[in-house]
Amino acid sequence: MEVLRPATLAEALEARSARPEAFPIAGGTDVMVAVNFDRLRPEAFLDLSRLDELRGWHEEDGEVVLGAGLTFARIERELASLPALAQAARSVGSPQIRARGTIGGNLATASPAGDALPALAAYEADVVLGSAARGERRVSLREFLLGPKRTSLEPDELVLAVRFRSPHGPGSFSKVGTRNAMVIAVASLCLQLDEDARAVRVAMGSVGPTVLRATEAEAFAARALAEAGAFDAAAAPVPAATLREFGQLAGAAARPIDDVRGTAAYRRHAVEVLARRALSWALEGRPAGRRAAG
Amino acid sequence: MLVRTRVNGEWREADVWPGASLLSMLRDDLGLLGTKNACEQGECGSCSAWLDGEVVCSCLVLAAQAEGREVRTVEDLADGDRLHPVQQAFLDAGAVQCGFCTPGMVVAATDLLERDPDPSDEAVREALSGNLCRCTGYQKIVDAVRLAASRAGGGA
Ligand SMILES: Cc1cc2nc3c(=O)[nH]c(=O)nc-3n(C[C@H](O)[C@H](O)[C@H](O)COP(=O)(O)OP(=O)(O)OC[C@H]3O[C@@H](n4cnc5c(N)ncnc54)[C@H](O)[C@@H]3O)c2cc1C
Ligand code: FES
Ligand code: FES
Repeated sequence: MEVLRPATLAEALEARSARPEAFPIAGGTDVMVAVNFDRLRPEAFLDLSRLDELRGWHEEDGEVVLGAGLTFARIERELASLPALAQAARSVGSPQIRARGTIGGNLATASPAGDALPALAAYEADVVLGSAARGERRVSLREFLLGPKRTSLEPDELVLAVRFRSPHGPGSFSKVGTRNAMVIAVASLCLQLDEDARAVRVAMGSVGPTVLRATEAEAFAARALAEAGAFDAAAAPVPAATLREFGQLAGAAARPIDDVRGTAAYRRHAVEVLARRALSWALEGRPAGRRAAG
Repeated sequence: MLVRTRVNGEWREADVWPGASLLSMLRDDLGLLGTKNACEQGECGSCSAWLDGEVVCSCLVLAAQAEGREVRTVEDLADGDRLHPVQQAFLDAGAVQCGFCTPGMVVAATDLLERDPDPSDEAVREALSGNLCRCTGYQKIVDAVRLAASRAGGGA
Protein backbone atom coordinates (compact mmCIF):
# COMPACT_ATOMS: atom_id res chain seq x y z
CA MET A 1 0.00 0.00 0.00
CA GLU A 2 1.13 3.55 -0.62
CA VAL A 3 -0.19 7.10 -0.40
CA LEU A 4 0.00 9.36 -3.44
CA ARG A 5 0.20 12.98 -2.38
CA PRO A 6 -0.13 15.26 -5.39
CA ALA A 7 0.59 18.91 -4.64
CA THR A 8 -1.55 20.37 -7.42
CA LEU A 9 -4.88 19.54 -9.01
CA ALA A 10 -3.18 18.85 -12.35
CA GLU A 11 -0.91 16.29 -10.69
CA ALA A 12 -3.90 14.78 -8.91
CA LEU A 13 -5.80 14.32 -12.17
CA GLU A 14 -2.71 12.79 -13.80
CA ALA A 15 -2.34 10.39 -10.88
CA ARG A 16 -6.03 9.58 -11.00
CA SER A 17 -5.86 8.47 -14.62
CA ALA A 18 -2.48 6.72 -14.30
CA ARG A 19 -3.47 4.93 -11.10
CA PRO A 20 -7.26 4.40 -11.12
CA GLU A 21 -6.92 1.85 -8.32
CA ALA A 22 -5.72 4.60 -5.94
CA PHE A 23 -8.62 5.45 -3.67
CA PRO A 24 -9.28 9.19 -3.29
CA ILE A 25 -9.33 10.46 0.27
CA ALA A 26 -10.28 14.00 1.24
CA GLY A 27 -11.37 14.61 4.85
CA GLY A 28 -11.29 10.86 5.50
CA THR A 29 -14.43 10.86 7.64
CA ASP A 30 -16.02 8.15 5.51
CA VAL A 31 -12.88 6.50 4.16
CA MET A 32 -11.01 6.08 7.44
CA VAL A 33 -13.92 4.42 9.20
CA ALA A 34 -13.80 1.75 6.50
CA VAL A 35 -10.00 1.48 6.73
CA ASN A 36 -9.99 1.26 10.52
CA PHE A 37 -12.54 -1.55 10.39
CA ASP A 38 -10.72 -3.51 7.67
CA ARG A 39 -13.48 -2.96 5.16
CA LEU A 40 -11.24 -1.05 2.79
CA ARG A 41 -7.70 -2.05 1.80
CA PRO A 42 -6.90 -0.24 -1.42
CA GLU A 43 -3.55 -0.70 -3.13
CA ALA A 44 -3.03 3.02 -2.77
CA PHE A 45 -4.66 6.21 -1.53
CA LEU A 46 -4.83 9.42 -3.49
CA ASP A 47 -4.69 12.21 -0.92
CA LEU A 48 -6.75 15.22 -2.03
CA SER A 49 -6.46 17.09 1.25
CA ARG A 50 -3.59 19.29 0.16
CA LEU A 51 -5.09 20.60 -3.08
CA ASP A 52 -5.60 24.32 -2.61
CA GLU A 53 -7.57 24.44 -5.87
CA LEU A 54 -10.39 22.41 -4.31
CA ARG A 55 -10.52 23.94 -0.87
CA GLY A 56 -12.26 27.28 -1.31
CA TRP A 57 -15.41 28.82 -2.71
CA HIS A 58 -16.09 31.84 -4.89
CA GLU A 59 -18.70 33.47 -7.06
CA GLU A 60 -18.44 33.34 -10.83
CA ASP A 61 -20.85 34.24 -13.65
CA GLY A 62 -23.68 34.77 -11.19
CA GLU A 63 -23.12 31.37 -9.59
CA VAL A 64 -21.71 30.19 -6.30
CA VAL A 65 -18.90 27.67 -6.83
CA LEU A 66 -18.00 25.44 -3.90
CA GLY A 67 -14.73 23.52 -4.22
CA ALA A 68 -15.03 19.79 -3.56
CA GLY A 69 -12.59 20.15 -0.67
CA LEU A 70 -14.62 22.81 1.13
CA THR A 71 -15.29 21.60 4.67
CA PHE A 72 -18.59 21.72 6.50
CA ALA A 73 -16.92 23.89 9.15
CA ARG A 74 -16.17 26.55 6.56
CA ILE A 75 -19.63 26.34 5.02
CA GLU A 76 -21.08 26.84 8.48
CA ARG A 77 -18.79 29.83 9.18
CA GLU A 78 -18.64 31.51 5.80
CA LEU A 79 -21.87 30.78 3.93
CA ALA A 80 -24.58 32.13 6.23
CA SER A 81 -25.95 33.81 3.09
CA LEU A 82 -27.08 30.32 2.03
CA PRO A 83 -29.04 29.41 5.16
CA ALA A 84 -30.34 26.02 4.01
CA LEU A 85 -26.84 24.80 3.12
CA ALA A 86 -25.29 26.37 6.22
CA GLN A 87 -27.91 24.71 8.43
CA ALA A 88 -27.28 21.38 6.73
CA ALA A 89 -23.52 21.77 7.27
CA ARG A 90 -24.07 22.61 10.91
CA SER A 91 -26.13 19.46 11.40
CA VAL A 92 -23.33 17.17 10.25
CA GLY A 93 -21.69 14.97 12.90
CA SER A 94 -19.74 16.97 15.44
CA PRO A 95 -17.30 19.90 15.30
CA GLN A 96 -14.47 17.42 14.74
CA ILE A 97 -16.28 15.80 11.80
CA ARG A 98 -17.20 19.18 10.30
CA ALA A 99 -13.59 20.33 10.53
CA ARG A 100 -12.57 17.56 8.12
CA GLY A 101 -15.64 16.39 6.21
CA THR A 102 -15.99 17.94 2.77
CA ILE A 103 -18.81 18.61 0.38
CA GLY A 104 -16.99 16.61 -2.33
CA GLY A 105 -16.79 13.63 0.01
CA ASN A 106 -20.49 13.94 0.78
CA LEU A 107 -21.28 13.94 -2.95
CA ALA A 108 -18.96 11.06 -3.83
CA THR A 109 -20.18 8.95 -0.91
CA ALA A 110 -23.73 9.48 -2.23
CA SER A 111 -25.37 8.27 0.94
CA PRO A 112 -29.17 8.63 0.92
CA ALA A 113 -28.60 10.43 4.24
CA GLY A 114 -25.89 12.82 2.98
CA ASP A 115 -26.88 16.08 4.58
CA ALA A 116 -25.49 18.42 1.93
CA LEU A 117 -27.51 16.73 -0.80
CA PRO A 118 -31.04 18.06 -0.11
CA ALA A 119 -29.78 21.65 -0.07
CA LEU A 120 -27.82 21.13 -3.29
CA ALA A 121 -30.89 19.51 -4.89
CA ALA A 122 -33.12 22.39 -3.84
CA TYR A 123 -30.56 24.82 -5.29
CA GLU A 124 -30.65 22.78 -8.53
CA ALA A 125 -26.89 22.50 -8.35
CA ASP A 126 -24.58 21.05 -10.97
CA VAL A 127 -21.54 18.94 -10.15
CA VAL A 128 -18.28 19.72 -11.96
CA LEU A 129 -16.15 16.66 -12.69
CA GLY A 130 -12.64 16.68 -14.09
CA SER A 131 -10.23 14.25 -15.70
CA ALA A 132 -6.78 14.63 -17.22
CA ALA A 133 -7.94 13.15 -20.54
CA ARG A 134 -11.22 14.99 -21.12
CA GLY A 135 -11.00 18.12 -19.00
CA GLU A 136 -14.07 19.32 -17.14
CA ARG A 137 -17.67 18.30 -17.54
CA ARG A 138 -20.71 19.57 -15.75
CA VAL A 139 -23.64 17.32 -14.81
CA SER A 140 -26.82 17.99 -12.89
CA LEU A 141 -27.06 16.57 -9.40
CA ARG A 142 -29.71 14.17 -10.67
CA GLU A 143 -27.34 12.86 -13.34
CA PHE A 144 -24.56 12.56 -10.78
CA LEU A 145 -26.45 10.70 -8.04
CA LEU A 146 -27.52 7.39 -9.51
CA GLY A 147 -28.61 5.62 -6.34
CA PRO A 148 -27.46 4.71 -2.87
CA LYS A 149 -23.64 4.99 -2.91
CA ARG A 150 -23.68 5.13 -6.70
CA THR A 151 -22.62 8.08 -8.82
CA SER A 152 -21.75 8.72 -12.44
CA LEU A 153 -18.13 9.55 -11.53
CA GLU A 154 -15.80 7.86 -14.02
CA PRO A 155 -12.77 5.95 -12.69
CA ASP A 156 -10.38 8.61 -13.98
CA GLU A 157 -12.41 11.53 -12.66
CA LEU A 158 -12.46 13.63 -9.53
CA VAL A 159 -15.24 15.83 -8.23
CA LEU A 160 -13.92 19.36 -8.62
CA ALA A 161 -16.79 21.56 -7.49
CA VAL A 162 -20.49 22.04 -7.17
CA ARG A 163 -22.14 25.18 -8.53
CA PHE A 164 -25.55 26.84 -8.53
CA ARG A 165 -27.32 30.18 -8.77
CA SER A 166 -27.70 31.69 -5.35
CA PRO A 167 -31.43 31.50 -4.68
CA HIS A 168 -33.32 34.66 -3.87
CA GLY A 169 -35.69 33.88 -1.02
CA PRO A 170 -35.76 32.15 2.35
CA GLY A 171 -34.73 28.53 2.76
CA SER A 172 -34.16 26.04 5.53
CA PHE A 173 -32.86 22.55 6.23
CA SER A 174 -34.21 20.33 8.96
CA LYS A 175 -33.44 16.81 9.97
CA VAL A 176 -35.05 14.26 12.24
CA GLY A 177 -32.82 11.94 14.23
CA THR A 178 -32.59 10.31 17.60
CA ARG A 179 -30.69 13.14 19.26
CA ASN A 180 -29.31 16.58 18.54
CA ALA A 181 -25.69 15.93 17.71
CA MET A 182 -23.92 13.27 15.73
CA VAL A 183 -26.88 11.62 14.11
CA ILE A 184 -27.56 10.18 10.73
CA ALA A 185 -30.83 11.60 9.47
CA VAL A 186 -33.95 9.43 9.70
CA ALA A 187 -35.54 11.99 7.41
CA SER A 188 -34.39 15.42 6.27
CA LEU A 189 -35.89 18.15 4.19
CA CYS A 190 -34.72 21.32 2.53
CA LEU A 191 -37.17 23.93 1.36
CA GLN A 192 -36.07 26.87 -0.74
CA LEU A 193 -38.31 29.68 -1.95
CA ASP A 194 -37.23 31.11 -5.30
CA GLU A 195 -38.92 34.48 -5.33
CA ASP A 196 -37.63 35.42 -8.79
CA ALA A 197 -39.03 32.28 -10.42
CA ARG A 198 -42.02 32.30 -8.04
CA ALA A 199 -41.21 28.71 -7.23
CA VAL A 200 -40.93 26.56 -4.14
CA ARG A 201 -38.31 23.83 -4.18
CA VAL A 202 -38.38 20.88 -1.83
CA ALA A 203 -35.78 18.13 -1.55
CA MET A 204 -35.80 15.25 0.91
CA GLY A 205 -33.04 13.02 2.27
CA SER A 206 -33.08 9.56 3.88
CA VAL A 207 -36.52 8.76 2.47
CA GLY A 208 -35.48 7.22 -0.84
CA PRO A 209 -32.53 5.64 -2.63
CA THR A 210 -31.11 9.09 -3.12
CA VAL A 211 -32.23 12.66 -2.53
CA LEU A 212 -35.77 13.20 -3.89
CA ARG A 213 -37.55 16.32 -5.10
CA ALA A 214 -41.22 16.62 -4.13
CA THR A 215 -42.35 18.00 -7.47
CA GLU A 216 -46.11 17.84 -6.92
CA ALA A 217 -45.79 19.53 -3.57
CA GLU A 218 -43.60 22.16 -5.21
CA ALA A 219 -46.12 22.89 -7.95
CA PHE A 220 -48.99 22.95 -5.47
CA ALA A 221 -47.18 25.41 -3.20
CA ALA A 222 -46.18 27.68 -6.07
CA ARG A 223 -49.81 27.84 -7.21
CA ALA A 224 -51.18 28.33 -3.71
CA LEU A 225 -48.69 31.07 -2.86
CA ALA A 226 -49.41 32.85 -6.13
CA GLU A 227 -53.17 32.64 -5.52
CA ALA A 228 -52.77 33.97 -2.01
CA GLY A 229 -50.62 36.81 -3.36
CA ALA A 230 -47.80 35.71 -1.11
CA PHE A 231 -45.08 36.32 -3.72
CA ASP A 232 -46.14 39.98 -4.02
CA ALA A 233 -47.03 40.80 -0.43
CA ALA A 234 -45.40 38.88 2.37
CA ALA A 235 -48.28 39.91 4.62
CA ALA A 236 -50.72 37.90 2.51
CA PRO A 237 -51.98 35.08 4.73
CA VAL A 238 -51.62 31.50 3.53
CA PRO A 239 -54.37 29.23 4.92
CA ALA A 240 -53.35 26.50 7.37
CA ALA A 241 -55.13 23.96 5.15
CA THR A 242 -52.71 24.84 2.35
CA LEU A 243 -49.75 24.12 4.60
CA ARG A 244 -51.29 20.80 5.59
CA GLU A 245 -51.99 19.74 2.03
CA PHE A 246 -48.47 20.77 1.05
CA GLY A 247 -47.09 18.55 3.83
CA GLN A 248 -49.19 15.62 2.67
CA LEU A 249 -48.00 16.00 -0.92
CA ALA A 250 -44.38 16.07 0.23
CA GLY A 251 -45.01 12.94 2.33
CA ALA A 252 -46.56 11.25 -0.68
CA ALA A 253 -43.42 11.92 -2.72
CA ALA A 254 -41.21 10.11 -0.21
CA ARG A 255 -40.16 6.54 -1.02
CA PRO A 256 -38.95 5.45 2.41
CA ILE A 257 -37.99 2.02 3.65
CA ASP A 258 -38.08 0.40 7.08
CA ASP A 259 -34.65 0.09 8.65
CA VAL A 260 -32.97 0.17 12.05
CA ARG A 261 -33.28 3.94 12.22
CA GLY A 262 -37.00 4.18 11.53
CA THR A 263 -40.03 2.72 9.81
CA ALA A 264 -41.25 3.86 6.42
CA ALA A 265 -44.48 5.13 7.96
CA TYR A 266 -42.60 7.18 10.53
CA ARG A 267 -40.37 8.66 7.86
CA ARG A 268 -43.33 9.67 5.72
CA HIS A 269 -44.96 11.30 8.70
CA ALA A 270 -41.71 13.10 9.55
CA VAL A 271 -41.52 14.47 6.01
CA GLU A 272 -45.08 15.79 6.25
CA VAL A 273 -44.29 17.64 9.45
CA LEU A 274 -40.93 18.95 8.22
CA ALA A 275 -42.45 20.19 4.95
CA ARG A 276 -45.32 21.98 6.65
CA ARG A 277 -43.00 23.67 9.14
CA ALA A 278 -40.45 24.59 6.50
CA LEU A 279 -43.07 26.32 4.38
CA SER A 280 -44.43 28.28 7.33
CA TRP A 281 -40.87 29.32 8.32
CA ALA A 282 -40.24 30.45 4.76
CA LEU A 283 -43.41 32.54 4.76
CA GLU A 284 -42.52 34.10 8.11
CA GLY A 285 -38.88 34.54 7.34
CA ARG A 286 -39.03 37.02 4.53
CA PRO A 287 -37.48 40.49 4.70
CA ALA A 288 -39.28 43.27 6.55
CA GLY A 289 -41.91 44.94 4.42
CA ARG A 290 -42.68 41.59 2.80
CA ARG A 291 -43.30 39.77 6.06
CA ALA A 292 -46.25 37.44 6.47
CA ALA A 293 -48.79 38.27 9.15
CA GLY A 294 -48.58 35.91 12.15
CA MET B 1 6.39 5.03 4.76
CA LEU B 2 8.12 7.96 6.44
CA VAL B 3 5.93 10.76 7.77
CA ARG B 4 7.40 13.98 9.12
CA THR B 5 5.10 16.10 11.23
CA ARG B 6 5.53 18.96 13.66
CA VAL B 7 4.06 17.64 16.90
CA ASN B 8 3.72 20.04 19.82
CA GLY B 9 6.26 22.35 18.23
CA GLU B 10 8.88 19.70 17.47
CA TRP B 11 9.53 17.96 14.15
CA ARG B 12 8.97 14.23 14.57
CA GLU B 13 9.37 11.41 12.11
CA ALA B 14 7.71 8.01 12.06
CA ASP B 15 7.80 5.03 9.76
CA VAL B 16 4.13 4.06 9.47
CA TRP B 17 1.96 1.64 7.55
CA PRO B 18 0.39 3.75 4.74
CA GLY B 19 -3.11 2.97 5.99
CA ALA B 20 -2.30 4.04 9.56
CA SER B 21 -4.23 6.83 11.20
CA LEU B 22 -2.70 9.87 12.81
CA LEU B 23 -4.00 8.47 16.10
CA SER B 24 -2.01 5.29 15.71
CA MET B 25 1.10 7.25 14.71
CA LEU B 26 0.79 9.46 17.80
CA ARG B 27 0.26 6.53 20.15
CA ASP B 28 2.16 3.63 18.66
CA ASP B 29 5.06 5.39 16.97
CA LEU B 30 5.56 8.60 18.92
CA GLY B 31 4.55 7.27 22.33
CA LEU B 32 2.07 10.09 22.95
CA LEU B 33 -0.54 8.12 24.87
CA GLY B 34 -2.64 11.07 26.03
CA THR B 35 -4.69 10.93 22.84
CA LYS B 36 -7.04 8.00 23.45
CA ASN B 37 -8.31 5.30 21.16
CA ALA B 38 -11.84 4.09 21.75
CA CYS B 39 -14.04 3.78 18.69
CA GLU B 40 -11.89 4.52 15.64
CA GLN B 41 -14.99 5.75 13.83
CA GLY B 42 -15.28 9.40 14.75
CA GLU B 43 -18.06 8.85 17.26
CA CYS B 44 -16.42 9.39 20.65
CA GLY B 45 -13.92 12.25 20.36
CA SER B 46 -11.43 10.62 22.74
CA CYS B 47 -8.79 10.89 20.00
CA SER B 48 -9.29 14.66 19.58
CA ALA B 49 -6.16 16.56 18.61
CA TRP B 50 -5.38 19.73 16.70
CA LEU B 51 -4.36 19.48 13.06
CA ASP B 52 -3.25 22.83 11.66
CA GLY B 53 -5.11 24.53 14.49
CA GLU B 54 -8.42 22.71 14.11
CA VAL B 55 -9.67 19.99 16.44
CA VAL B 56 -10.19 16.76 14.54
CA CYS B 57 -10.69 13.09 15.30
CA SER B 58 -7.14 11.85 14.80
CA CYS B 59 -8.49 8.35 14.14
CA LEU B 60 -10.00 9.66 10.88
CA VAL B 61 -6.88 11.36 9.56
CA LEU B 62 -4.44 9.28 7.55
CA ALA B 63 -1.04 9.70 9.18
CA ALA B 64 0.32 10.49 5.72
CA GLN B 65 -2.11 13.41 5.49
CA ALA B 66 -0.34 15.00 8.46
CA GLU B 67 2.98 15.13 6.56
CA GLY B 68 4.45 18.60 6.94
CA ARG B 69 1.54 19.72 9.09
CA GLU B 70 1.22 21.05 12.58
CA VAL B 71 -0.20 18.65 15.16
CA ARG B 72 -0.94 19.60 18.75
CA THR B 73 -1.96 17.06 21.36
CA VAL B 74 -3.14 17.12 24.95
CA GLU B 75 0.50 16.69 26.05
CA ASP B 76 1.12 20.25 24.88
CA LEU B 77 -1.15 21.71 27.54
CA ALA B 78 0.55 21.12 30.89
CA ASP B 79 3.77 22.99 31.61
CA GLY B 80 5.87 20.33 33.31
CA ASP B 81 4.00 19.55 36.53
CA ARG B 82 1.83 22.63 36.21
CA LEU B 83 -1.53 21.68 34.76
CA HIS B 84 -3.15 23.81 32.11
CA PRO B 85 -5.99 25.92 33.60
CA VAL B 86 -8.57 23.80 31.78
CA GLN B 87 -7.06 20.60 33.20
CA GLN B 88 -6.99 22.14 36.69
CA ALA B 89 -10.63 23.19 36.33
CA PHE B 90 -11.61 19.63 35.34
CA LEU B 91 -9.99 18.36 38.55
CA ASP B 92 -11.48 21.07 40.75
CA ALA B 93 -14.99 20.71 39.32
CA GLY B 94 -14.99 16.93 39.72
CA ALA B 95 -15.38 16.51 35.97
CA VAL B 96 -13.18 13.41 35.85
CA GLN B 97 -14.42 9.95 36.81
CA CYS B 98 -12.78 7.10 34.93
CA GLY B 99 -10.86 9.74 32.98
CA PHE B 100 -10.89 8.03 29.62
CA CYS B 101 -12.78 10.82 27.86
CA THR B 102 -10.89 13.55 29.71
CA PRO B 103 -8.01 14.26 27.30
CA GLY B 104 -10.42 14.63 24.36
CA MET B 105 -12.76 16.76 26.45
CA VAL B 106 -9.88 18.95 27.59
CA VAL B 107 -8.70 19.42 24.01
CA ALA B 108 -12.18 20.35 22.78
CA ALA B 109 -12.76 22.65 25.77
CA THR B 110 -9.38 24.35 25.42
CA ASP B 111 -10.02 24.93 21.75
CA LEU B 112 -13.38 26.51 22.55
CA LEU B 113 -11.93 28.82 25.20
CA GLU B 114 -9.09 29.86 22.91
CA ARG B 115 -11.70 30.98 20.38
CA ASP B 116 -14.42 32.18 22.77
CA PRO B 117 -13.21 33.05 26.29
CA ASP B 118 -16.73 33.45 27.70
CA PRO B 119 -18.95 30.88 26.01
CA SER B 120 -22.60 30.30 26.81
CA ASP B 121 -23.62 26.89 28.19
CA GLU B 122 -25.09 26.17 24.80
CA ALA B 123 -21.78 26.96 23.09
CA VAL B 124 -19.99 24.68 25.57
CA ARG B 125 -22.37 21.83 24.89
CA GLU B 126 -22.07 22.37 21.16
CA ALA B 127 -18.25 22.41 21.32
CA LEU B 128 -18.28 19.15 23.30
CA SER B 129 -20.98 17.48 21.21
CA GLY B 130 -18.42 15.26 19.49
CA ASN B 131 -17.02 13.97 22.79
CA LEU B 132 -18.74 11.15 24.62
CA CYS B 133 -18.49 10.56 28.35
CA ARG B 134 -19.98 7.44 29.84
CA CYS B 135 -19.48 8.46 33.47
CA THR B 136 -20.23 12.04 34.39
CA GLY B 137 -23.50 12.90 32.70
CA TYR B 138 -21.71 16.00 31.31
CA GLN B 139 -22.94 18.57 33.85
CA LYS B 140 -19.66 18.65 35.76
CA ILE B 141 -17.75 18.88 32.52
CA VAL B 142 -19.77 21.94 31.52
CA ASP B 143 -19.17 23.32 35.03
CA ALA B 144 -15.43 22.75 34.58
CA VAL B 145 -15.38 24.69 31.33
CA ARG B 146 -17.30 27.55 32.97
CA LEU B 147 -14.88 27.48 35.90
CA ALA B 148 -11.90 27.68 33.57
CA ALA B 149 -13.55 30.55 31.72
CA SER B 150 -14.29 32.50 34.89
CA ARG B 151 -10.79 32.00 36.28
CA ALA B 152 -9.37 33.34 33.04
CA GLY B 153 -11.47 36.44 33.57
CA GLY B 154 -13.84 35.63 30.73
CA GLY B 155 -16.95 34.93 32.80
CA ALA B 156 -18.52 37.67 34.88
C1 LIG C 1 -18.98 10.24 13.34
C2 LIG C 1 -19.45 10.61 11.95
C3 LIG C 1 -20.61 11.37 11.82
C4 LIG C 1 -21.06 11.72 10.56
N1 LIG C 1 -22.20 12.45 10.46
C5 LIG C 1 -22.67 12.80 9.24
C6 LIG C 1 -23.86 13.57 9.13
O1 LIG C 1 -24.47 13.97 10.14
N2 LIG C 1 -24.28 13.90 7.88
C7 LIG C 1 -23.62 13.51 6.75
O2 LIG C 1 -24.06 13.84 5.66
N3 LIG C 1 -22.49 12.77 6.84
C8 LIG C 1 -22.01 12.40 8.06
N4 LIG C 1 -20.86 11.64 8.14
C9 LIG C 1 -20.23 11.15 6.90
C10 LIG C 1 -19.09 12.02 6.34
O3 LIG C 1 -18.58 12.90 7.33
C11 LIG C 1 -19.56 12.85 5.14
O4 LIG C 1 -20.06 12.02 4.14
C12 LIG C 1 -18.44 13.74 4.57
O5 LIG C 1 -19.01 14.67 3.68
C13 LIG C 1 -17.36 12.95 3.86
O6 LIG C 1 -16.38 13.87 3.41
P1 LIG C 1 -14.83 13.53 3.52
O7 LIG C 1 -14.08 14.65 2.90
O8 LIG C 1 -14.46 13.20 4.90
O9 LIG C 1 -14.77 12.24 2.60
P2 LIG C 1 -13.73 11.04 2.53
O10 LIG C 1 -13.96 10.08 3.62
O11 LIG C 1 -12.35 11.56 2.33
O12 LIG C 1 -14.21 10.41 1.15
C14 LIG C 1 -15.52 9.91 1.01
C15 LIG C 1 -15.70 9.31 -0.38
O13 LIG C 1 -15.62 10.33 -1.36
C16 LIG C 1 -14.56 10.09 -2.28
N5 LIG C 1 -14.06 11.42 -2.58
C17 LIG C 1 -13.79 12.41 -1.69
N6 LIG C 1 -13.47 13.55 -2.35
C18 LIG C 1 -13.53 13.26 -3.68
C19 LIG C 1 -13.32 14.02 -4.86
N7 LIG C 1 -12.97 15.31 -4.83
N8 LIG C 1 -13.47 13.41 -6.05
C20 LIG C 1 -13.83 12.10 -6.10
N9 LIG C 1 -14.07 11.33 -5.03
C21 LIG C 1 -13.91 11.91 -3.82
C22 LIG C 1 -13.64 9.14 -1.57
O14 LIG C 1 -12.94 8.34 -2.48
C23 LIG C 1 -14.63 8.31 -0.78
O15 LIG C 1 -15.23 7.34 -1.58
C24 LIG C 1 -20.36 11.30 9.40
C25 LIG C 1 -19.18 10.55 9.54
C26 LIG C 1 -18.72 10.22 10.80
C27 LIG C 1 -17.46 9.43 10.95
S1 FES D 1 -11.35 7.03 18.63
FE1 FES D 1 -11.52 8.66 17.24
S2 FES D 1 -13.51 9.38 17.60
FE2 FES D 1 -13.43 7.62 18.87
S1 FES E 1 -15.08 10.21 32.91
FE1 FES E 1 -15.37 8.18 32.25
S2 FES E 1 -15.90 8.46 30.15
FE2 FES E 1 -15.89 10.45 30.92
